[in-house]
Amino acid sequence: MKSFKGRAVTPGNITAEALVSHGGLNTLASFQKALQFGDKKATCGDQNNEDLYGKQMAGKALCLPRTIGSTTGGLVLYCACSMKRQPACMLFSEPVDSLAGAGAILADVWLDDVTMPVVDSLGEEFLEYVKDGMSVTVKENGVVEVEGSRDIPSR
Amino acid sequence: MMAYKMKLTASQEAVLNGSKGDVMARVMETMIRYGELFGAESMVPVTGKYNHLVTSFGLKALGPVYDLMEKLIDAGCTSVQKFTADPRPLDKNVPSSFIQKIVFDHFMYSKQEYYESQLDKLGLLEKDAFTCTCYMDEVGNTPGPGDVLSWSESSAVVYANSVLGARCNRNSGIIDLMGSIVGCVPYFGLLTDEGRKATWLVEIKTTKKPEAQLLGSAIGMKVMEDVPYITGLDKWLGTLDEDARTYLKDFGAATASNGAVGLYHVEGITPEAAEQKRALLAENPKVYVIDDAELKRVYDSYPVIWKNKDARPKLCFMGCPHMSMNQLISWTEKVEKGLKESGNEKVVIPTVFTAAPAVLKKFKETSYAMRLEKTGVIVSYICPLMYMNNPLSASMPVITSSNKLRTYTSARYYTDDEILEQITRGGKI
Repeated sequence: MKSFKGRAVTPGNITAEALVSHGGLNTLASFQKALQFGDKKATCGDQNNEDLYGKQMAGKALCLPRTIGSTTGGLVLYCACSMKRQPACMLFSEPVDSLAGAGAILADVWLDDVTMPVVDSLGEEFLEYVKDGMSVTVKENGVVEVEGSRDIPSR
Repeated sequence: MMAYKMKLTASQEAVLNGSKGDVMARVMETMIRYGELFGAESMVPVTGKYNHLVTSFGLKALGPVYDLMEKLIDAGCTSVQKFTADPRPLDKNVPSSFIQKIVFDHFMYSKQEYYESQLDKLGLLEKDAFTCTCYMDEVGNTPGPGDVLSWSESSAVVYANSVLGARCNRNSGIIDLMGSIVGCVPYFGLLTDEGRKATWLVEIKTTKKPEAQLLGSAIGMKVMEDVPYITGLDKWLGTLDEDARTYLKDFGAATASNGAVGLYHVEGITPEAAEQKRALLAENPKVYVIDDAELKRVYDSYPVIWKNKDARPKLCFMGCPHMSMNQLISWTEKVEKGLKESGNEKVVIPTVFTAAPAVLKKFKETSYAMRLEKTGVIVSYICPLMYMNNPLSASMPVITSSNKLRTYTSARYYTDDEILEQITRGGKI
């Protein structure tokens, strides 16, 4: 087990299975198909993201450097949360960007029954260490604990 | 009441405490928490005359957004400023199959009319105020130097910051509207002098004028969200005239979509660089040299995600972001010349040029409109991204010279010259 300390953007406690994107998450491209066509697993639809394409995002501990792309990003995350198709948590190796940060805060302020802990600034080592399928526990103080086999290829 | 560290004015604090109702208090709370996330210590008034919103499409998938809008409207929380919004997603003039039409009209964008009525209640500038290039003279949402904005739409934000000298962060949809509802935005990032300093020095050393969308892509992918100071481009652009503004529109959109650039400085060209010169460079900037080989490397790195990589293109989109008047005119001349040389009467691939409704209206008053029509090119106000962002369109072989469209969709990128060759002559490049 290895611990990492980041900043709790929207605090919370949760344990979930890791899903890792080494490149930026294009929020609109990743979620649009799932939101549009009633896919409760929120299967990633971004063909340009070889780590995530075709994989379930809902309920996973989504580990990523940052989000990229359209400035609709924040409202797309808000919609995913509202429709209960959001990741269990979002864990950023870099400081959170303005679009993902907006999405996390919009969900936290405007949705009463939804939690999606978001932690940022976990560092490059976090993203190098965590692999798909590992167990990730997030604590409300921004501590992230990662355990499980690292033999599982993440790409 | 939420705990906050930000220094608020008495009126901002009153709003947060509910002086204008619970919904308005939550709007203020959203803006404060958004700002504190990025270290903002205060809110500053929005001073631009108009706002601009990224969300223009009644996409059924965004139901929760429309519910939130309804909540705002019911509480009387409308925008202090009138606003423009991104392009509409639908236009019957744009070629689409029978199935696409059904999917677009009755499934994907079935909320379009409803959402436009919401925008109207919230403060839409006028019924056709739908374009990503709201800053065009013909549209009239052109902020001045130093204006503080609450805009979204990455290509519009980077243009307003870089070419017009306004001050705006890369805001998300909904945040854009909320800033103009409370009339203030958190002071951080690109609103500050420090945040506008360049941490990258980009040296252009190409042997010819670089393709705007390719150069923007290269810089965006390298610097990501940082601010670049670009040298060697003034040699190719001359002065900040209409041609240079058009070039920077396309260049900036590529930096913002292939990376996350919100501001760039071009030495001798953009207003802050012309005034402050290299004083805009932060200490020890990283250096990126771009020559012909580097542009070729970037071009060759683009994946082609068509199922059949040799498929004959079924559609060509030009105008993401929307074309300017001088682009429409120069492309009319280029297409005419290309057709004459190839011996064809009309374009050989269905081709759509997109531009703001106000630009198209002016263009249609010129003789060029008829000339372009004769070539078979269709003009539209549509958002090519919204057309492409669904499985039906994603499986179509579509070509474009927009690096933004390439990044977000399955459209395949070609340079302007290659696009001209494809649409007037056909065949492989």
